[in-house]
Amino acid sequence: MAAATPASVAEDPLIKVERLNYAYGDHQVLFDVDLNMRSEDVTALIGPSGCGKSTLLRAINRINDLVDSARVVSGRITVDGVDLYAPEVDVVRLRRNVGMVFQKYNPFPRSIFENAVYGLRVAGIKNRHDLEEAAERSLKAAALWDEVKDRLHETATSLSGGQQQRLCIARAIALQPRILLMDEPCAALDPVATVRIEELIFQLRGQYTFVIVTHNMEQAKRIADRTAFFCKGRLVEVDDTMTLFNRPRDPLTESYVTGRLT
Amino acid sequence: MKPASSTENPFAGDQSGIHRREAAARRVLRTGSYLVVLITAAILLHIFVKGAPVVFQPEWPFVNTKFLTELPATLHVIEDKQGHHIETDVSGADVIKKQLGGNFASEKTISHSGGGILGPIVGTALLVIVSVSVALILGVSCAIYLSEYAKKGKFLETVRLAILNLAGVPSVVFGLFGLGAFVLTAPKFVDVPAERSVLAIPLGFTTLSFEGWDTCVLSGGFTLAFVILPVIITASEQCLQAVPQGFRETSMALGATRWQTIRYSVLPFATPGILTSSILGISRAAGETAPIMFTAALAFKDKLPWQKDLLPLPADASIFAHWEQSVSRFLGIFTESVQALPYHIYTLAAKIPQNEYAERAQYGSVFVFLVLVASLAAVSVWLRIHLRKKYQW
Repeated sequence: MAAATPASVAEDPLIKVERLNYAYGDHQVLFDVDLNMRSEDVTALIGPSGCGKSTLLRAINRINDLVDSARVVSGRITVDGVDLYAPEVDVVRLRRNVGMVFQKYNPFPRSIFENAVYGLRVAGIKNRHDLEEAAERSLKAAALWDEVKDRLHETATSLSGGQQQRLCIARAIALQPRILLMDEPCAALDPVATVRIEELIFQLRGQYTFVIVTHNMEQAKRIADRTAFFCKGRLVEVDDTMTLFNRPRDPLTESYVTGRLT
Repeated sequence: MKPASSTENPFAGDQSGIHRREAAARRVLRTGSYLVVLITAAILLHIFVKGAPVVFQPEWPFVNTKFLTELPATLHVIEDKQGHHIETDVSGADVIKKQLGGNFASEKTISHSGGGILGPIVGTALLVIVSVSVALILGVSCAIYLSEYAKKGKFLETVRLAILNLAGVPSVVFGLFGLGAFVLTAPKFVDVPAERSVLAIPLGFTTLSFEGWDTCVLSGGFTLAFVILPVIITASEQCLQAVPQGFRETSMALGATRWQTIRYSVLPFATPGILTSSILGISRAAGETAPIMFTAALAFKDKLPWQKDLLPLPADASIFAHWEQSVSRFLGIFTESVQALPYHIYTLAAKIPQNEYAERAQYGSVFVFLVLVASLAAVSVWLRIHLRKKYQW
């Protein structure tokens, strides 16, 4: 179903979802999803609530393994050709390479510094100097450094919502992952904070491969190179963002992007 | 539609049945609530009025230090010819009798009612320390496993049911269990197994003998631990569940293992609640009588647990020998039987003839007991507020 655009022919995709069927217990939520995501692209996943886009996102770093009943029924997800659900895959290693930012900004109730270096600490890095360097690097990358450099040891919950979410992004990129998954990163933020996050994603594009779930179609238009539209657990259409929004091939896509599908 | 008249309010109430029933229901429920408050106040007031005069005194230092710092003793009351009652202890009685030269009307002895209640206070403190330590280690481990590792299903249901049942077991059953399990059969290291040993496993340098720990702090503490275990497990699990799921997901998404996630991002935020509930567990453990009757408590003991006759060391004993003796004296505390407050109160109220002196000792003990438990509850409230402020999300 995925349209073969010239770029995806030229370059092997980084993330490949192949005929994925995914279920919670007996309740199947993804049906035969085939989707390729190119390295260094920003891919947006859109669709009505309950269409399975978040499940797909959470399957890519296997964070959905925490849900007792979640399981891959058939099909596979590969990153660089490696099947993520192969028995020899260490989820800890996988997650260090596939960062994730959640919908509700949720820094730990610890200091800003401790939040920024959490991933490095659990990875066993103890050297104070290395940690400080990494904290500065990732906070700068997340465009937060100037705002927090004088109060790194204050609690993270004292920051504003937008700052907290940027801290969550800093925390994720401190591990220098290849892929960054974002589950509605702006859903809990006001418009001003949303713009800053979008600018940030714009600055970071090219360094990471982004997969972003969003309910905001304008946002998808602004930041995504490619957009995939899901409905009722099926991938309906995937294309370059402008093509998908301006000349959708599927009538279902058209009714959704024009706001007629409820 | 009726035209709205200016005199008739369309929303005016009437005296129909539903209004009367509403008023009656409110009155009944309110009376019930007031009764509960009233009963609580009556209990506290009763204990305070009768107990406070025993513990406090009008002149400096305003606290009856004797009552709080001495061991229970037999009270001797000598009535002289003028009708004065002189209260004293055994040795004091002899002195006074000599002074009076046999010239007195009567002498009464009331057991356990003289001296103070330091023995029971210390005993209860030791029992609480052992039981809460054991219950926290076991209970928190169990709660972490149930909350963080176990998958929903048959097994989890079974464990939950078992915990609920454990909470429903009458405390005297725990007492009997403790007698059988800890006093009579628990394993310990000995050089020569006792005759009653159930099973002795020689280990070369020593023998692991299942001969029980006797009635002692350890046996009682372990028994009490099982009494409060369901409280601790249930409360700890609730506290763990109250930590946002997002912390776990975020932590794992940052490449933490499950144990790292628990260690750094779940337990620290659940600890305030766990501590609070464990303090309520302390109150429960301190108050139980039945579980310690057969396992740890004595009605009377004239020594504190660390006042044990050890062989005096020779003058040239090495520092190591001194150190060894201190350690054995410390460990010996836990293998001694003790007096405990609830059991002491039971003894005073049920095992000795009742009179004003016994009653005074009873209310004094109950008052001290109540103050101790209330201060523990206060500490728990303070801890909760204080720690909650530290970790906000």
